Amino acid sequence: MDIKENIAPHKKDISSEDVVVRIQDMYKSFGDNHVLNGFNMVLRKGENLVVMGKSGSGKSVMIKCLVGLMSPDSGTIEVLGKDITGLNQVDLDILRADIGFLFQGSALYDSMTVRENLEFPMRRHRKKFEGVTDTLPLVQEALENVGLAHTMDLMPEELSGGMKRRVALARAIILKPKLILYDEPTSGLDPITAKEIIELMRSIQKKYGTSALIITHDVDCARVISERMILLVDGINYAEGTYEELVASSDPKINAFFKK
Amino acid sequence: MALKVINKTKDFFMEIGDLSYFAVRFFRQAVTPPFEFKELLKQSYQVGNRSLLLVATTGFIIGLVLTLQTRPTLIEFGAVSWMPNMVGISIVREVGPVITALICSGKIASGFGAELGSMRVTEQIDAMEVSGTNPFKYLVVTRILAATLMLPLLVIFGDLIALFGSSLVEFMKGNVSFRLYFNTVFDALSYGDLIPATIKSFFFGFVIGLTGCYKGYKTGRGTAGVGIAANTAVVMASLLLFVVDFVAVFVSDIFYEL
Repeated sequence: MDIKENIAPHKKDISSEDVVVRIQDMYKSFGDNHVLNGFNMVLRKGENLVVMGKSGSGKSVMIKCLVGLMSPDSGTIEVLGKDITGLNQVDLDILRADIGFLFQGSALYDSMTVRENLEFPMRRHRKKFEGVTDTLPLVQEALENVGLAHTMDLMPEELSGGMKRRVALARAIILKPKLILYDEPTSGLDPITAKEIIELMRSIQKKYGTSALIITHDVDCARVISERMILLVDGINYAEGTYEELVASSDPKINAFFKK
Repeated sequence: MALKVINKTKDFFMEIGDLSYFAVRFFRQAVTPPFEFKELLKQSYQVGNRSLLLVATTGFIIGLVLTLQTRPTLIEFGAVSWMPNMVGISIVREVGPVITALICSGKIASGFGAELGSMRVTEQIDAMEVSGTNPFKYLVVTRILAATLMLPLLVIFGDLIALFGSSLVEFMKGNVSFRLYFNTVFDALSYGDLIPATIKSFFFGFVIGLTGCYKGYKTGRGTAGVGIAANTAVVMASLLLFVVDFVAVFVSDIFYEL
């Protein structure tokens, strides 16, 4: 595989209607720690893109910049046709209604029941549900999608790690987003539960036709879910291609990711 | 050594600056819609209800101990009949508000620090922001307001329990009826005692809420940071309470002189 050829996909001619996320020359530092050094990425409509990198390589920083939780030092980030770095708080919140986010540790609100957790994103995005007076059917639908309809009145502390991740996934899809961001969706889970989560991610994408950006260092997860992969090394997109292309590479830095 | 002192001093002033900025942010967000009334009500109930038993217990013991320890001296000077006046004024003006605030700083500030700290490290605050809710307004503004509004009520409640404790001693040792005791206390008290103490309690509540939320919201360094946040919130709140108390007494003293 010619790695260089795959490094700058944003410069390839892709119709802007097909682009869900476009990152160009993103830089981010924390003091002397230069995490991202000109990162580029394009996520196309309906695509599952996996970004792999070692711990501390800046994957989570990158994904947090996509939803405005962090700001890049420089570079442009276009999400669903809008430059996220130039948005005011109101417009940013409107845009966020079209983005689902599955956090690494599920991030369920401890003091709320499963139902309240799922209803929480709806309280600020009423416009998306005009005419809907009862949120219960929506909550039920989201929980049925992840096979946990019976947990509605439980507290997060009563759920197992895998169940929490599934409820978090239900919360991420409740606003019917166009884009879902997964931050290490399988970390901390046993292989069987991890497989269940991956299957759910695939079925949700199939059902709602969402685009997905998955941040992971789990090779098995990447193999199963990715249509395209980017390897994040030294703050840049070091290599890009399908799983098979990257595995076949002779580059030692790429091989390091796939060594068993 | 000198460098260490300089760094510590620098850190101290940085912290004060950060806390001041946090307070300014609170005032700005508190007056900007949307308002989180439901959450404010929930937090007010939590803050008030969760502290009631603790405030009652400490108030009762303080009233009891203060009376028991002062009694022999007043008897020596033949002034035991002044007991309700002395205990009443000292509890309402100083002991009640300060003790209640200190107890609440241990309970409320550490609670806020730990709760918000754990929400920060488990990314719940980020999740809230991503879902379009302003976490500062939802979590911080409501908690600070709840503490500010509830502390004066807790102080009044604590004062009454402390006076009850004191009257119990007087009833048992001096055969003074509860009615006589409370009549004497309320005769001795003036608005000049009640109003500054109540105003001071609002500030105490604000300081407790502010430091607890500040430490929790700014938590870093993983789960260890949660413990540090809870601990430093109590230390900082207690210290600031005394500063606020000094300023309050100083200001009310000026008004008295006028």
